[in-house]
Amino acid sequence: MRHLMSPMDLSVEELYDLLDLASDIEKNPDKYSTACKGKKLASAFYEPSTRTRLSFEAAMLNLGGSVIGFPSQDVSSVSKGESVADTIRILSCYADICAMRHPKEGAPMVAAQYSGIPVINAGDGGHQHPTQTLTDLLTIRSLKGRLDNLTIGLCGDLKFGRTVHSLINALIRYPNVSFVMISPPELKLPGYMIEILEKTGVKYTQTVKLDDAMDGLDILYMTRVQRERFFNEEDYVRMKDFYILNKEKLSLAPEDMLVMHPLPRVNEIAVDVDDDPRAVYFKQAQYGVYVRMALILTLLGIEVTSEVKENA
Amino acid sequence: MLNVGAISEGFVLDHIKAGKSMKIYDYLKLGELDCPVAMIMNAKSSKMGRKDILKIECDINLINLDVIGYLDPDITVNIIKGEKIVEKRDLSLPAEVKNIIRCKNPRCITSIEQGLDHVFFLADREKGIYRCKYCEEKYHEAR
Repeated sequence: MRHLMSPMDLSVEELYDLLDLASDIEKNPDKYSTACKGKKLASAFYEPSTRTRLSFEAAMLNLGGSVIGFPSQDVSSVSKGESVADTIRILSCYADICAMRHPKEGAPMVAAQYSGIPVINAGDGGHQHPTQTLTDLLTIRSLKGRLDNLTIGLCGDLKFGRTVHSLINALIRYPNVSFVMISPPELKLPGYMIEILEKTGVKYTQTVKLDDAMDGLDILYMTRVQRERFFNEEDYVRMKDFYILNKEKLSLAPEDMLVMHPLPRVNEIAVDVDDDPRAVYFKQAQYGVYVRMALILTLLGIEVTSEVKENA
Repeated sequence: MLNVGAISEGFVLDHIKAGKSMKIYDYLKLGELDCPVAMIMNAKSSKMGRKDILKIECDINLINLDVIGYLDPDITVNIIKGEKIVEKRDLSLPAEVKNIIRCKNPRCITSIEQGLDHVFFLADREKGIYRCKYCEEKYHEAR
């Protein structure tokens, strides 16, 4: 039985297979509409999340399966003090696969140790959020046609942003990928991530202003810069506009650059950018459903040919 | 010269950094074993200047040597049987240590989940860095 705790749990080949399956699902949704008939997803969300939870639930419903679960810990036995180990043992009796979001880092791994069903980490605190990374990879591959030979601009909070670290780790496995890190000095990529880049010989540059980085990017991955991350108000006021993408700044970008964002956005992408064909962050959310469908099928060992066949 | 008699079966842990033998005693939970232990502190050493030595007379299967490897891989372990050294074991940093050190990250699931083992894996052998299996936080405290 396989679980998914981190995007690195999948080899490059497995990842290709998963993305191929997700692309096939996108093209032929009907073919998969009853693939999980009779199967149940346990959606165990110990903290509220709109996009991730609904995306998992939509994925299972699209596959013809059904969903049980809880949307926050206030409405589950956890509020009575039940351990993660006990909760997953119980969910294993009710469902076929579990997506777990938990505020504590490593909680889904504890669940996997005691589970009788595959567990997917749907975000554990600031640690891992593998299905976000899979979503990003599917978006890039679908819209750019490749995961190699790319120059990716990562903009905003690169210090605390787990989506950024995870995306870097996933992309450095492909040839000729380079990065442009765009962030205030306080929120630069942490030393251990720089070490990884140095060790693997991946090209990268660092800059403070978004305007200076636009030229030559294939992808601009935006994240939010939170006020509370700055040491003082003065720096925040001075720099916050450096990291807001608007129509004017986008005019400096190549015609075929993609603008991505893990969402929710606050003000780092002006609404006047939304209509630009390069803005793909809402499409990204749609790819999130396809990739989760592919993941559910893969972990359940369900292979869909012309008719549904089960391996597991 | 201080003399401590030979042991018939057990371990002699040599080349312990001077002053560290009590810590080793605690980590190995030797106080909980019903066996004689000799602790020699601040002995002269040509290699180290000063060193500690621990002699433990016990069944050699009773002690998990991984712990010693984690605490200080330079310690020499002599395994004694019939009053003779039957094996000199080189220690290395173990790939995993269980319930020897505890994760201090308040955001880690180990901080709230009852009965969960604290497991660390060796993330960087060169630098001797261990990370929590669950949250991957680096273990910071000096060994």
